[in-house]
Amino acid sequence: MKSWLTTTDHKRIGLLYFWTAFSFFLIGGVEALFIRAQLAQPNGHLVTAETYNQLFTMHGTTMVFLALMPLSASFFNYIVPLQIGARDVAFPRLNAFSYWVFLLGGLFLNASWLVGPLFHAGRLNVAPDGGWFGYANLTERQFSPGPNIDFWLLGLQILGISSLAAGFNFIVTILNLRAPGMKMMRVPVFTWMTLVTQFLVITAFPVITVGLVFLMFDRFFGTHFYVSQSGATPILWQHLFWLFGHPEVYILILPAMGIVSDVLPTFARKPLFGYTVVVYSGVLIGFMGWGVWSHHMFSVGLGPIADSVFSATTMLIAVPTGVKIFNWIATLWGGDIRGTTALHFAVGFIAMFIIGGLSGVTHASPPTDLQQTDTYYVVAHIHYVLFGGTIMGLFAGIYYWWPKMTGRLLSETLGKWHFWLQFVGMNVAFFPMHLIGLLGMPRRVYTYAPELGVSDLNLLSTIGAFLIALSILVFVVNLLRSRTHGQRAGNDPWGGATLEWSIPSPPPVYNFSVIPTVANRLPRWKTEHHEPMRDPPAAPPGPIHVPGGSWWPMLAAFGLPILALAPLTHTLWLAFVGAAVLLAGIFLWAFEPFEV
Amino acid sequence: MRLRLWFLTAALALSGCGGPFPQSTLHPRSDFARATDVLFTDIFWWAAAVFVVVEALLVVALIRFRHREGRPAPKPTHGHTLMEIAWTLAPAAILVFVAVPTVRTIFATAGEAPADAVKVEVIGHQWWWEFRYLDLGLTTANELHLPVGKPVRIAITSADVIHSFWIPRLGGKRDAIPGKTNYIAFRADSTGDYSGQCAEFCGASHGNMRLRVIVDSDSGFGAWAQAQLGPAATPAKGGLAQEGKTVYGRSACIGCHAIRGVSSGVIGPNLTHIASRTTIASGLFPNDSSHLASWIADAPALKPGAIMTRMKPPLTDADIAALIAYLQSLR
Repeated sequence: MKSWLTTTDHKRIGLLYFWTAFSFFLIGGVEALFIRAQLAQPNGHLVTAETYNQLFTMHGTTMVFLALMPLSASFFNYIVPLQIGARDVAFPRLNAFSYWVFLLGGLFLNASWLVGPLFHAGRLNVAPDGGWFGYANLTERQFSPGPNIDFWLLGLQILGISSLAAGFNFIVTILNLRAPGMKMMRVPVFTWMTLVTQFLVITAFPVITVGLVFLMFDRFFGTHFYVSQSGATPILWQHLFWLFGHPEVYILILPAMGIVSDVLPTFARKPLFGYTVVVYSGVLIGFMGWGVWSHHMFSVGLGPIADSVFSATTMLIAVPTGVKIFNWIATLWGGDIRGTTALHFAVGFIAMFIIGGLSGVTHASPPTDLQQTDTYYVVAHIHYVLFGGTIMGLFAGIYYWWPKMTGRLLSETLGKWHFWLQFVGMNVAFFPMHLIGLLGMPRRVYTYAPELGVSDLNLLSTIGAFLIALSILVFVVNLLRSRTHGQRAGNDPWGGATLEWSIPSPPPVYNFSVIPTVANRLPRWKTEHHEPMRDPPAAPPGPIHVPGGSWWPMLAAFGLPILALAPLTHTLWLAFVGAAVLLAGIFLWAFEPFEV
Repeated sequence: MRLRLWFLTAALALSGCGGPFPQSTLHPRSDFARATDVLFTDIFWWAAAVFVVVEALLVVALIRFRHREGRPAPKPTHGHTLMEIAWTLAPAAILVFVAVPTVRTIFATAGEAPADAVKVEVIGHQWWWEFRYLDLGLTTANELHLPVGKPVRIAITSADVIHSFWIPRLGGKRDAIPGKTNYIAFRADSTGDYSGQCAEFCGASHGNMRLRVIVDSDSGFGAWAQAQLGPAATPAKGGLAQEGKTVYGRSACIGCHAIRGVSSGVIGPNLTHIASRTTIASGLFPNDSSHLASWIADAPALKPGAIMTRMKPPLTDADIAALIAYLQSLR
């Protein structure tokens, strides 16, 4: 127990990220089921309007910040150091700090479901209710007087610190800790996409932090950053939010693209087609992701010139994205494809992401977007991208790397059941939403009239959502079953080309008994140019120093939610306590003896 | 176009939906809505073609190159420059065919209208719509009347938070933003009853912020406008309606609602001709006695968050009956 609380081992932190993020994924999923149950029929009354607004706000916030990002982080942590032949990340204690801040930030946000009585709210739940996008000026104190929005803006600021710390950590890790001979153009694509993602994180999160600080000042100190009566405009929030929000979409999708780029070659027994192009198109997507934010704002009325420009930049992103898809198909072409569950999910990613990408083109066009934005058509689009894309990709990663992380294979039979249930479920749930939106149902409505003629489509969608839930249940069974019944993985159950497969599963605490020297892009494969590398010996030739654990990152992390409680409860002394805890943690951490 | 409608109809038939679809973007009834629909159809077919080609390639690859015993090890191909160039240029070329009509339509739907257009100002409120006909000098709420075949220019803003004004069959939405005015312009091409609703999340009752648009013949619209310009009806002496007027005058109603010549509140909808409207509570309920009664007694129960709270002390049933009689006299 203590060794888990104080751990600085990237592998253990990776597992902590996984279980925590997966728990939040289940919570966000239950919220989605409530939403779908409410909308199963017109004039639904399972939950009240207020609760419904909290449900969709927390579903979005949870899935983006507490489930998908940290599930990717679980792989950054566990897999990236192994792929580059390192013993750990560059700053192991900072890594622990990131995790604890993430956990505490997530708990802080979700505590809002239960603490209504503490705020004399007259109800149990005071969860955020302004949407995951929290548009000002609805989020101002005047229109949202309760603690709901405070939980949201403080929780997101805590989580931002976690993401930023991890971002810097992984950039330094990938740039500096690569094994000898691993030039940048020999780095596995997953690690490459991690690098691009982290650059997006460290540049995008400061933008939303500025937006959140403005909002915090407005709510707590009576400033007027988003108040039109004072000469400002609530549109400022939209610019700041989407300037963060669109790169965020790529923060969510690029790691999954990286996973797919590693999984496909392994199971097609063929190198990734156009490695260089796939890497550069990922980098290009990262850059271009910064120039498209206003396509979330076509109905705001920015004028025809701005709309045309943002429309063009948005359509251009389809080019590098298309290039990736063609390269993936070319990777499969001519291969010897083994239909493992991981491959099913990777191919599922491509098949579903195409649909999300194409519907994306229809609302890259401002005039058609004026009919589609804020309707269920867009809900369909984002779920094809983030569920059909990111989640399918993450599951490909889980089935691929779980044996590495635990030493046990997941059951392929249950895995196929999981895949097909999820594949059918997501299409039944999300495809009808295209039509529901085109037929005029806005999103974020807790009820709709039977006259709209979308009742049956909504019922169908709800059935699909419960099919997805069933598929996740199968996955949970598979996960738990693998702990005792899973087949032993050995070093390399798949015949992988990259370094992580050259060491035992799970790897020893020091990872590599001898740091390998890398001579090419696919070190463990035989190609026309080279023979496979020799795996590191089972036992290290000499003792390897591994740093012990530390309590101080966790102590420092506790300072942040305490700091956030100060404005939330309007208690000044809590601010001093929080700052003291944070500073004490950092101080003790900084002066901790190097050798433990 | 026809083919797509056929697909759509088939899909709807399969799902058991019949219609009519009063908020369908696929059944346009104005120049604006038709322009976006034509553009959507264009893009839809490009997207459908790309979808079929790419998914087919994927499926063929999966079937043709699936693992079989004895298959020789694949050739380790690493890439192909010409192919990379080809599949970079192909989507770029398709996008030109999408981008050009897009930009053309952006400018065509930018809200420009001829000087003689009917001008309406729309003000979004939590959670109802205020309509002001500036040239006619009349104000109404939640039910917008427009003449068929005439250009209409709508100026959209908000009194509180951000809303989005949307009548799908007559045109795309524009946000109603406090401190900013957005414009849409269109020409409805057939008379009828259209529905719309707020499309930007605006708080507790966002889902209840609906509206109706009645597109009428030129003469029908003129007659409606004339009636709306008239004074509020004066209830007959000694009747229940006159008692209702007294109740209205001594209750909190007057603080928020306007009835020309009686009260001048601006917080809630103008009630001068409330009886001429078919719905109450921004399109939520039919304008009949029973709904009026429950609405007056406890509006937040029907529309969560509504600022028309229960009166303290509560109105008696007799008061409410009198109020309803008065309101129903305001034709």
